[in-house]
Amino acid sequence: MRTTAILYALLGLFALCVPWLGIYPVFMMKLLCFAMFACAYNLLLGFGRMLSFGHAAFFGFAAYVSSWLITAHAFGPSAAILCAMVVAAALGTLIGGLAIRRHGIYFAMITLALGQLVYFVCLEAPFTGGENGLQGVPRGSLFGILPLRSDVVLYYLVLAIFVAVFLFIRRVVHSPFGQVLKAIRESEPRAISLGYDSNRYKLVAFVISATLAGLAGSLNALVLGFATLSDVQQSTSGEVILMTLLGGTGTFFGPVVGAAVIVTLQEYLSDIVGGWVTAIIGLIFVACVLSFRRGIVGELETLRLRRLRPMGKEPAAPA
Amino acid sequence: MLARRIGRVAAHGCSAPVTEIFGIPVAVILGQLTLGLVNGSFYAMLSLGLAVIFGLMGVVNFAHGAFYTLGAFAALLGLQYCGINYWAALVLAPLAVGLIGVVVERLLLRRLYGLDPLYGLLLTFGLALIVEGSLHQVFGATGQSYPVPQSLAGALNLHFMFLPLYRAWVILASVVVCFSTWFVIERTRLGATLRAATENAPLLQAFGVNVPLLKATTYGGGVALAALAGVLASPVVLVNSHMGNSLVIVVFAVVVIGGMGSILGAIVSGLVLGVVEGFTKVIYPEASNIVVFVIMALVLILRPAGLFGKE
Amino acid sequence: MRARMWAVAVATLGVSVVPGTPVPAATDQVVIGDIDDMSGVYADVMGAAGVEAINMAIADFGGTVLGRKIVVLTADHQNKPDIGASKFREWADQNGLNLLLGGSNTGVNIAMAKVAAVKKVPLFNIGPGGASLTNEDCTAYTVHYVYDTVALANGTATAIVNSGGKSWFYLTADYAFGTQLQAAASKVVETHGGKNVGAVRVPLGAADFSSFLLQAQASGAQVLGLANAGTDFSNSLKAANEFGITKTMKPAALLAFLTDIHSLTLNTAQGLYLTTAWYWDLNPETRAFAKRFFAKINRQPTMDQAGAYSATLTYLKAVKAVGSTDSDQVMAELKKMKINDMFTQGGYIRADGAMIHDMYVMQVKRPQESKYPWDYYKVVKKMSGEEAFGPITGLCPLARK
Repeated sequence: MRTTAILYALLGLFALCVPWLGIYPVFMMKLLCFAMFACAYNLLLGFGRMLSFGHAAFFGFAAYVSSWLITAHAFGPSAAILCAMVVAAALGTLIGGLAIRRHGIYFAMITLALGQLVYFVCLEAPFTGGENGLQGVPRGSLFGILPLRSDVVLYYLVLAIFVAVFLFIRRVVHSPFGQVLKAIRESEPRAISLGYDSNRYKLVAFVISATLAGLAGSLNALVLGFATLSDVQQSTSGEVILMTLLGGTGTFFGPVVGAAVIVTLQEYLSDIVGGWVTAIIGLIFVACVLSFRRGIVGELETLRLRRLRPMGKEPAAPA
Repeated sequence: MLARRIGRVAAHGCSAPVTEIFGIPVAVILGQLTLGLVNGSFYAMLSLGLAVIFGLMGVVNFAHGAFYTLGAFAALLGLQYCGINYWAALVLAPLAVGLIGVVVERLLLRRLYGLDPLYGLLLTFGLALIVEGSLHQVFGATGQSYPVPQSLAGALNLHFMFLPLYRAWVILASVVVCFSTWFVIERTRLGATLRAATENAPLLQAFGVNVPLLKATTYGGGVALAALAGVLASPVVLVNSHMGNSLVIVVFAVVVIGGMGSILGAIVSGLVLGVVEGFTKVIYPEASNIVVFVIMALVLILRPAGLFGKE
Repeated sequence: MRARMWAVAVATLGVSVVPGTPVPAATDQVVIGDIDDMSGVYADVMGAAGVEAINMAIADFGGTVLGRKIVVLTADHQNKPDIGASKFREWADQNGLNLLLGGSNTGVNIAMAKVAAVKKVPLFNIGPGGASLTNEDCTAYTVHYVYDTVALANGTATAIVNSGGKSWFYLTADYAFGTQLQAAASKVVETHGGKNVGAVRVPLGAADFSSFLLQAQASGAQVLGLANAGTDFSNSLKAANEFGITKTMKPAALLAFLTDIHSLTLNTAQGLYLTTAWYWDLNPETRAFAKRFFAKINRQPTMDQAGAYSATLTYLKAVKAVGSTDSDQVMAELKKMKINDMFTQGGYIRADGAMIHDMYVMQVKRPQESKYPWDYYKVVKKMSGEEAFGPITGLCPLARK
């Protein structure tokens, strides 16, 4: 427990010092946005065992909505992001409502197909700027007071939102709602027989996850100054799965670690290996599934538990 | 806009007398029906392979599109480097790719049996990325042409349209392959054994059946079907590394619509959706690549188990 | 055990820290960057071979300018605007970047143009076709070097209408690029007395084009305008050929590269009209460049690869002329000078950033006309730069009409 606390403190200190460490702030902000996205995704996969293959739909569509509100309707950043979250929640209700009608792999395939549907809408709808996306989105100022032009100012805002989202997800998981969700994850029939309306719980989890993914997406668009098709593509859905899986599904900090590794790899791996990036991402996927199912953080925790209880049995892998 | 387009088509329509159904000339309807069947043939073969693998092994094969691409590349490379002609490739390419499938099952998939089936989906997703990424790096992005075999060049005059002979052959080949696969699984002793393996593998093993071998063969067979579709497609489209990428998502939707429990469902819904998509191309072309997903959503609302599925 | 755990944790953290370490900008170097699709669908049009062309230009220039060594940085934007823009920003901040060459993908190039304006680094757009780069999205540091959608449509449509192809039906990719191409071509067709019969909007990446093509055929138009690109273009032309539509309609490509024709083969592509900025077999100079390029890459260069060579050379000449790498001085010189090399003769950079140069309308040869490998095009018409790129639109605030 103490180790964890020290680790979090160190990380917090590191995050606060980022602008003075010579780390590129835009890169860190992008990383935080994807970490937020992965945490939101983890709520679904890790704690609800719902493998959505179309989560980029929420991330990307919200990015489009907020960018469109800012560029075409002169919304401020906070209002635009809030509206985008509402839209993401609505989209989540729609897609989630359809997808939770089936379980497991069916759920995965349905979200994949509906995610592709959203992608085509973004490609062809008149307000999205087609394949060029919405570009040149101004950052504006927060509540009309605090200008966000400076990377450092925006970085602290993104960091604050990230911390809030992270704590919120922790709170949700530890709440009675989260406990029921976990019970459904372990055995849906048992939860139903205990009188819980499992579909309602799953839908609420889906909508929360979609809303937070939308927050991450619209924030990411604000940071980068554009929303484009790559945000809503199927490969982005694949990436967020990989982030969660690699970091450790069902752990709180895993998705953050996973996002850090994958975003960094994408940014810098291609300098070393050229066009082999796709194949290497695929290899990581296969390696994770075959021999690393707990993910980085999951493996570390297992290691620690084993050290605490040297005679004990190995704890079960979080799915 | 819509009325204008249809009017124009009617005005310049083919030589057949202009009879109209809902304002669309019959010749156009028949033409699109035929073309829809061609596309449906590919959907049917791919969804059949998926259904076989899923039905008998409980694995959702995300790499199905990648194996389809591999099949096309096997035919192309065979022709370029070994002079293997189309007809030989039709047999050899699926065999080679099926063998790769067996290796994949033995080395990788086998390790995931007994775990949540989601891991199978994720593993094959990774595999698809590896195959597509590598093909892309080695053979470039632009793609290459595979010639239509001499004996199938030319076109059939169906009076309402000229159908290239090769497309007619695709329909024929696919229907024959699909229904013989269905027959083998549903009506023969081998098929019965396969189905028994999904119901109760340990019992079957106790009866002296080599279940691991059976599973490896099943995966190899399903993958070979995808490769066969790839070979059939190679003279029609440019052979390139991402040809199977978007197709697999559509085929997933087809499978959800058909219901995964049923082999026949996969075949029929594949063909029907090809036709539906074909009509969308005339009536509202902008929506033609989302119509399958919309139908999927409708089916989920009205009949969650799929049209042919059992809950 | 505890130590090991910490080691792993720190290592994980380290991954995200290392790349950010600042590299002091070297002032004894001239740094040229190339951000392009190295691994996606456009990788063959410019890609790694384009980097080779840039290196050839540097070698031909002597490897140094103003006594400073010329170095090249390359990155793969993976068709993601965020990666392209952040790489550009990072190089500008940390590597002392002097010039950026932008490869394929208009969306990525627009994102990079925004960075060019802020960081004041010249950006030569080589690969993208979007005309907005010299209109709504123009900057003082942008040079659109090789081609744009307007020039392509002007070239192909004018030549065909003038040779008798009066009525057009379009097969249009259903996104901004396709509709822009169609709109540009329609305008040209009408001004030259032709007629636009209709169009069908085809979703991106459609697996099968035959049903759209039958609609085109039923329209009775003389010309089939293909307002799409890449795999979509190749697959639609292939199907048009298979269904015998090319027998009754003249196919016209609004954007096709040499690599597309190569992969389609002459059997399928014969008779196709297209517009290109450059072709390897135009004259002794182009052939000499192509020969050297072929020796390295084993392919003939596309117009983008030749353009990357010329762009690098042009920039270096401007730097030499002003005796400095100061962006504003170099841009001023660039907009004054004439560009004469194997890519173009008498080319110049207009106030809005468009590089005005001759364009060629080509027709793809029949297989029996092709005498040697890569002998694919015959010149139908050479268009002057002014005719091809048209007048200044006034949409770019830097260049009023």
